[in-house]
Amino acid sequence: MKLPAFDYATPTSIGEAVALLAAGDGSARPLSGGQTLMPLLAFRLTAPSLLVDLRGIPGLDAVEIGEAGTRLGARVRWCDIEAHAGLAAAQPLLVAMIGHVAHYQIRKRGTLGGSMAHADPAAEMPGVAVACDGVLHLVGAGGARDVAARDFFLGPLTTALAADELIVGITLPAWPHGRRWGFQEFARRRGDFALAGVAVHYDEVGGRAVGAHVAVIGACSAPHRVAAAEALLEGSAVTSALAAEVGRAVAASVSPPEDIHATAAYRRSLAGTLAERALAAAGGLA
Amino acid sequence: MRDVAFEVNGKACRVAVEPRTTLADCLRHDLGLTGTHVACAHGVCGACTVLVDGEAVRSCLTLAVQMEGAAVTTIEGLSSEDGLSPLQAAFRKHGAVQCGFCTPGIITTMHALLTTEPHADEARVREVLSGNICRCTGYMAMVAAVLEARAAYQGAPA
Repeated sequence: MKLPAFDYATPTSIGEAVALLAAGDGSARPLSGGQTLMPLLAFRLTAPSLLVDLRGIPGLDAVEIGEAGTRLGARVRWCDIEAHAGLAAAQPLLVAMIGHVAHYQIRKRGTLGGSMAHADPAAEMPGVAVACDGVLHLVGAGGARDVAARDFFLGPLTTALAADELIVGITLPAWPHGRRWGFQEFARRRGDFALAGVAVHYDEVGGRAVGAHVAVIGACSAPHRVAAAEALLEGSAVTSALAAEVGRAVAASVSPPEDIHATAAYRRSLAGTLAERALAAAGGLA
Repeated sequence: MRDVAFEVNGKACRVAVEPRTTLADCLRHDLGLTGTHVACAHGVCGACTVLVDGEAVRSCLTLAVQMEGAAVTTIEGLSSEDGLSPLQAAFRKHGAVQCGFCTPGIITTMHALLTTEPHADEARVREVLSGNICRCTGYMAMVAAVLEARAAYQGAPA
């Protein structure tokens, strides 16, 4: 497999990068870690005129944990998240989900900005962003804007990002102490593309779930929260029976793709089982 | 074409490449370092793993032009004319090589792992090995070889 021909630029500021994206024929693409973009190029699913390599732009790899939340720069790599001393406490669901991203070598280069910009339906980071009410920070030729993750991921490899825009980072709201959570994913080989994955979290008030979040990846065209499952969970005590019911609601809500790896029926059933297990883990059920 | 200057196996080099040239193709075709093997060419199999500034990366998912100023180590750079490295010797002793096509990517990956995590346990070794596809050995011998080779990395500067 040989890549299509393209030009290559290494800007040293966000402004310069955005100007390069805006100046061309609209097909220029940012290059971060390249771990999603390079396979797309190899398969010729995309043929940009120009790759704008972000590696010379300072500051995009910062992790800031504050009172209001955690801000992660777009060039933060998976291995940076794994190695960070404070993130496991500040954002446990992020760290748990990232534990399923690809393999050792890919984690050394892959970045969360690149993952979100490509929006593979099986990717974990877009799922983290949606499950945790993340807000993406974008900069384009027309200026900066923030977009909620729930409005950003539109479908397979499709986002709200304009051709001249760059993801510069994401903010995940602060994670309250004691929040209950669970994440379950299944892939044929750990690190491969998820056939399905489900993230669940809620706060516990008087033995009942408040602020229920149930999000699905893989068994859908874009990561999304499942309102019907959240409605079942909200205000309820978490029991095995409820977990099973939430699992059925998740299975009923998804319209999974069918491909060589799994049938739609299998993925639907899997999403339900994973939701049940994720909620059971969140609730501390055996 | 673009000039890229970087270090390969400790030697400075300069090559003129098209921006679309992968690091794997640059190493093999422009620099003649054919120890780096290419199988899937889209980041799934791990055969093409090399070290960039000490980190194991898939050279098929890396552009040569991105290597400006970097230090690249290939399987040739982990070998010596005088004999096998401790990791290579352990692979030989345990019969962890059959057809050998995946071996350079596995040696580079395990070298990177043991350099930074010389006390990696069996679960960690297996997790990291899962990023490299081998269709011959069944992995058992590799795991044994890597676990034995850890001793050579312990106490060495990371």
